[in-house]
Amino acid sequence: MATTSSHALAPTAPLTPSNRGWSKPKRIEASQWLAYVIVGVGALIMFAPFYFMFVFATHTNTGILSVPPPLWFGDALGENLKILLERLPYFWQNIGWSFYVALATTALNLFFCSLAGFAFVHLEFAGRALLFKAIMATLLLPTFVGMVPTVLIMGWFGWMNEHRALIVPGACGALGIFMMRQYIGSSVPKELIESARLDGCNDFTIYWRIVLPLIGPAMGTLGMITFIGSWNNFISPLLVFRDMDRYTVPLALRALQGTGQTPWGAICAGAAIAVLPLLALFVISSRRLIEGLTAGAVKQ
Amino acid sequence: MSSLSASSPKPVAPKRRFDTRRLMPYLFISPFFILFGIFGLFPLLFSVVLSLHSWDPAAGFEAMRWVGFDNYTFALTRDDWLHASLYNTLWIALVAGLPQHLIALPLAYFLHTCFGRWRNLVVGLYFLPFITSTVAIALVFSALFSKDFGVVNSILAAFKSVPLVGAIMPEQSVDWANNPQYTKWMISFVVFWRFVGWNTVLYLAALQTVPRDLLEAAEIDGASLWRRFRYIVLPLLKPMMFFAVTLTIIGNLQLFEEPFILTGGTGGTDQAGKTAAMHMYWVAFREGDFGTASAIAWLLFIVIAAVTGLNNRLLGQREND
Repeated sequence: MATTSSHALAPTAPLTPSNRGWSKPKRIEASQWLAYVIVGVGALIMFAPFYFMFVFATHTNTGILSVPPPLWFGDALGENLKILLERLPYFWQNIGWSFYVALATTALNLFFCSLAGFAFVHLEFAGRALLFKAIMATLLLPTFVGMVPTVLIMGWFGWMNEHRALIVPGACGALGIFMMRQYIGSSVPKELIESARLDGCNDFTIYWRIVLPLIGPAMGTLGMITFIGSWNNFISPLLVFRDMDRYTVPLALRALQGTGQTPWGAICAGAAIAVLPLLALFVISSRRLIEGLTAGAVKQ
Repeated sequence: MSSLSASSPKPVAPKRRFDTRRLMPYLFISPFFILFGIFGLFPLLFSVVLSLHSWDPAAGFEAMRWVGFDNYTFALTRDDWLHASLYNTLWIALVAGLPQHLIALPLAYFLHTCFGRWRNLVVGLYFLPFITSTVAIALVFSALFSKDFGVVNSILAAFKSVPLVGAIMPEQSVDWANNPQYTKWMISFVVFWRFVGWNTVLYLAALQTVPRDLLEAAEIDGASLWRRFRYIVLPLLKPMMFFAVTLTIIGNLQLFEEPFILTGGTGGTDQAGKTAAMHMYWVAFREGDFGTASAIAWLLFIVIAAVTGLNNRLLGQREND
């Protein structure tokens, strides 16, 4: 598969100078068609694992183990879910915890990041530029280095096995502040803030009554990004949780590995369930999501 | 802050009101600094301390013993698994990272210039892997890569009957997960698959800033697609290349989730798929040696900083032509 996609280089080298004169339009067409085909095959390779995940989720282990593997949906979804729930008795609870952690993290980020973003754009205070630079600089720090001490801290706080160990440390991200500052700076006019202040609003009222209603799109994008990040988080739960009934979904799925014969159908069913909310988000608003995720990179 | 809101004599009242208003901005930005202080900065500093001590955490703080740079010298000279895992990490980072950019760059250019209606769908398909759960997808991949019934082996077997291509296909089904020769290829492919769309999207975003009339003028002058790419697009994309490659380096060198899931948390046969971050995790939480683990973390950080610096010299803003 890797060799197929490496041919995607081909579209960039279609013409040699010598033949450019007379056969140019035709040659471009042919090479472009080839490039379209390669890009299409690449897109299929990108999507294939998702397809097989859903197909395998509907087949029994014997079905999946047959050669060639099944290419179309079967009827064993119910059976796979049964096996899944036998292996992971708390799976629905795990999904609930994942939603709880992701939604709480998202809500806190939306509030804290937009509040900070508002302060950095519309409030005057000493050290404003410096403090913002400091926040951006923290993005360069190596997070994995703090992994061991973080576990110790969670132990001291008595947060082992607690979901707040995931929610609180991630409640206000630097990238979120950056995004909010960019968006508020470009979409909330200064005059509006000034006039509200003349009317006697304090800073928080201005934020709550005027800024917040105007930044819906950015909140939506930041919300999605935060939700996805939290939903997919694997390392923090791996460090913090001990009991299966506390697990979030990624950790629960991993528990399916290496216990006797691997239940591939059940694994794929579980993986499909874990991926479904993300697919739904993506289908609804992939463009905004992509724009939001790359916004930081473009503006640097 | 609390002292200011405490009741004070009447004459001071206007001044007090003035002061709380001036503190509001700091209150608004304080959540980040409080959380970062506790869960970001403190762990970093404490890991420096840990790396200079020998400590069994179960025995309490009294058991902490200063050992200077012993943890570092141990890791550097006698920890063979660290050497092996660093080699694996660099291998995977290169094999998974380089093709990402070699494909993402022309792909983004092609999508930018030759795609109309279908662009968003195609971009979406390439980008999808980036937002899905690594664990879920790595589990699916371990099914696809399994020895006797995996889809990947079936496809390779199907290619065997094709002339020329068939000759380079493996004779028997490849045991991707357990044959140390192949483990890193499997991990690299999954990492490549996950991030090639992300890089494409980054380059696409940068391409929006390339002036269209510049490309059109070049086209009218008869510059081919390739020449326009080579002499106009590529130089303008250099800052984004630097940024994207930096992200790839940083991400790939601390790779953990993909190899962890694909090798069942073990690192695979002969630890062929064990990365440095996995080794650090292993030393800390399986062997309980927090001191050495912290030293390994900082050594890995130095490696990352060195490779990033190298990248800075290659792609950074050194030349302005």
